[in-house]
Amino acid sequence: MGITARNWREYPQRYRLEAAKCSQCGKVFFPPRLICNQCKSRKFETIKLPGEGTVKTFTVIRVAPTNFIDEVPYAIGIIELLEGFSTMMQIADCDPEKISIGMKVKLEFRKIQSDGEAGVIMYGYKAVPVSE
Amino acid sequence: MRDVAIIGIGMNEKWGELWDKSIRTIFTEAALNAMDDCNVDHIDSMYIGCMSGGLFVGQEHLGSMLADNLGADFIPATRVESACASGGLAFRQAFMDVASGMSEIVLAGGVEKMLDVDGGAATYALSTAADQEYECFHGVTFPGLYAMIANAHMAKYGTTRKQLAHVSVKNHMNGSKNHRAQFPFKTTLEEVVNSVMVADPLTIMDCSPVTDGAAAVILCPLDLAKKKFANKPIIKVIGSGHATDSIALHDRKDLTWLSAVELSGKRALKMAGKKIADINVCEVHDCFTIAEICVTEALGIFEPGMGGPSVESGITNIGGKIPVNTSGGLKSKGHPVGATGIAQIIEITEQLRGISGDRQVNGAKVGMTQNMGGSGGSSVCHILEVN
Repeated sequence: MGITARNWREYPQRYRLEAAKCSQCGKVFFPPRLICNQCKSRKFETIKLPGEGTVKTFTVIRVAPTNFIDEVPYAIGIIELLEGFSTMMQIADCDPEKISIGMKVKLEFRKIQSDGEAGVIMYGYKAVPVSE
Repeated sequence: MRDVAIIGIGMNEKWGELWDKSIRTIFTEAALNAMDDCNVDHIDSMYIGCMSGGLFVGQEHLGSMLADNLGADFIPATRVESACASGGLAFRQAFMDVASGMSEIVLAGGVEKMLDVDGGAATYALSTAADQEYECFHGVTFPGLYAMIANAHMAKYGTTRKQLAHVSVKNHMNGSKNHRAQFPFKTTLEEVVNSVMVADPLTIMDCSPVTDGAAAVILCPLDLAKKKFANKPIIKVIGSGHATDSIALHDRKDLTWLSAVELSGKRALKMAGKKIADINVCEVHDCFTIAEICVTEALGIFEPGMGGPSVESGITNIGGKIPVNTSGGLKSKGHPVGATGIAQIIEITEQLRGISGDRQVNGAKVGMTQNMGGSGGSSVCHILEVN
């Protein structure tokens, strides 16, 4: 669907987990923004997000968008990586029935989807359970 | 600002799979029905709620096409988009157009033709209401987003699977009395819970359908309504509220709380000079069963966490203390996304006119609508009162 440019310009965030931290109030934005919605500062520093977090909520997708039809069922959740900061990703390498809110996960670099049969492969992050 | 009244309402005879009609035809049908309802021979301007003519039927530039098809040559016509809240927002623009003194007789309409594409394309078109690069990229769907809200709500408040099902059972019961509903059948708790799972814990019977449909209403200044359109009860628009929130669900502090709904409701109530307890009947955005539960909490009808127990108790049934979604809601009536917000206005207008038949809420004087975009990234509320 011609989404190559939309993919490569997100590489810093997806491949290196880079976020923007407001220099004034400390709020973290992912992807980076130009103005902080909390204190309106326009100064940020680039930080690397931690590679571990906890499941805040999740679901198991059983009816998928066209690009993900071969993957069903798959789990997807909102993962808290820092206090007050969360983002969405798939939860892989586990039985979806065993996922629970509060579960600890770590982030791994994975293939997410491809742009049709002949297009670019798009990589990013997925969460996998941390074995206790 | 001038006081504004609703004088005409119109929809298609029935919503659903309207294979034999194009987007231009279904919109024009609803618009002509609204004009005939109040016998106006012209309109001065119009606003059309439509989420994605481009993705559903490959047609943008609806202002031009639909004004032309309505025979309303050369009028200002504006297409309005706020995902599934497009209709509610189109109504708000029409209200402001009349209230400001810019126009006299204004049409607020909504349309969506969703069944000209296959299921995968419809799912994709709807998903554009979420964050493409940070939600949809990972394979989430709209049922998936609301399923995550449901799981968070269940964990935080103990809301049960059965309570979610009660929303669907109630709305199908109401829809079974609505001849325009796409799915006017009744259902049971067991059927809802045991239907095909879409995104855990939501089954297909927790989800509103894809629908072809259109709706339209005619607005004018209250003074003009009293002079020329007093043969039917005059419905005043006494409050309008609109709010936005982050498009991505994960950017919200409390995943169970819809701040845009709370704020749009408060803004509408403040303009109306009413309290939530003054509302006699309510149409809210039940795109998924959990949405109705969260919306009734965010509007302040129930305390946080009490939306589930409340629907279970029957308090939101027709005949209950505060009937919610007497039309059958999005669940049973159907959800042509751009038209939904206008159809909510029509249901409340009919309730206040006292012409809702088997669905009538006795003595309804003040009603409220709440129309949501995406997973709660936008919300529009209106309060109507019979003069």
